[in-house]
Amino acid sequence: MHELSITEQIASIAIRHGEENEAEKITDLYLVIGELSTVIDESVQFYWDLITEDTICSGANLHFKRIPAKFHCLDCDKEYQMIDGELTPCPFCQSTKMNILQGKEFHLDSINII
Amino acid sequence: MTKNISVVEKVHSANDQLATENKLQLDQANLFSLNIMASPGAGKTSLIEGTLPLIKSDYKIAAIDGDVATSIDADRAAEAGATAVQINTGGQCHIDAHMLRNALKELDLDEFDLLLVENVGNLICPASFKLGTDKNVLIASIPEGDDKPYKYPAMYQDVDALIINKIDLLPYVKFDMDYFKKGVQMLNPDLITFPVSCTSGEGIDNWVNWVVDHIKEKKTS
Repeated sequence: MHELSITEQIASIAIRHGEENEAEKITDLYLVIGELSTVIDESVQFYWDLITEDTICSGANLHFKRIPAKFHCLDCDKEYQMIDGELTPCPFCQSTKMNILQGKEFHLDSINII
Repeated sequence: MTKNISVVEKVHSANDQLATENKLQLDQANLFSLNIMASPGAGKTSLIEGTLPLIKSDYKIAAIDGDVATSIDADRAAEAGATAVQINTGGQCHIDAHMLRNALKELDLDEFDLLLVENVGNLICPASFKLGTDKNVLIASIPEGDDKPYKYPAMYQDVDALIINKIDLLPYVKFDMDYFKKGVQMLNPDLITFPVSCTSGEGIDNWVNWVVDHIKEKKTS
């Protein structure tokens, strides 16, 4: 249910950048979401249509780019990805010591305006 | 004609900015602050009730309690000896930095040594909204099961201390501590952990020592 606040934040960032660039309308938003971020695309889309009515974002398309979670094993120095959204020890040496290299992203990358 | 504008801005940037401002206010008052997060029923209020009697004669404590509705938790914190402020989030599943900022206005921060922010019971949303507190604390409890780090990785990743509550129930519940700890280690390898029972009081002293050390450190910073 935090998607409501999140969607409001996305709209506010987009509108600010749109206005700075004298946009008549924002047609597309490109969002980057890491696999470890707990954000559900469908919920954002659902709130989006409600929140942006009567704004320059009204009717804009949301594009979600999902970044897979990637880890670096501190014991064997290899890199590996999360499989099926499940957290597992290193598949090469079974170590549980790792750094998270990517997957926590959550930002608005760019917008299309007219 | 369509034009692409590069934005590259974190979705949480507005909240993060307010969190930074909250942090500044708390730092100026040398007030040590904790954001306590957990699922409903894990023992957030019980932990506060267990902690306060051990330190309230030495330190002045404020508690900010976030709930979707009612002031039950704030009442319990006040009963235990804290100056309590209730935030009713009106349906929101978490406290955000803006709500905390408003609640801070109701307190004379210079008067206090410790601020406990009791977040809304939820393992998903509070993880995304920084508040500006010194430390983020997560309470896991034995009856919730040993798979929570695997199911709620975002929550376990960014906390500074983990309390494992209701350890008195270990003999009665299926809970594989090794499996649980393995999940925690993958997400947050150096996380300091306090196994406690708020009911029997077991382990609370270790937790309280950690809190007191940080209060003192912040006083002299």
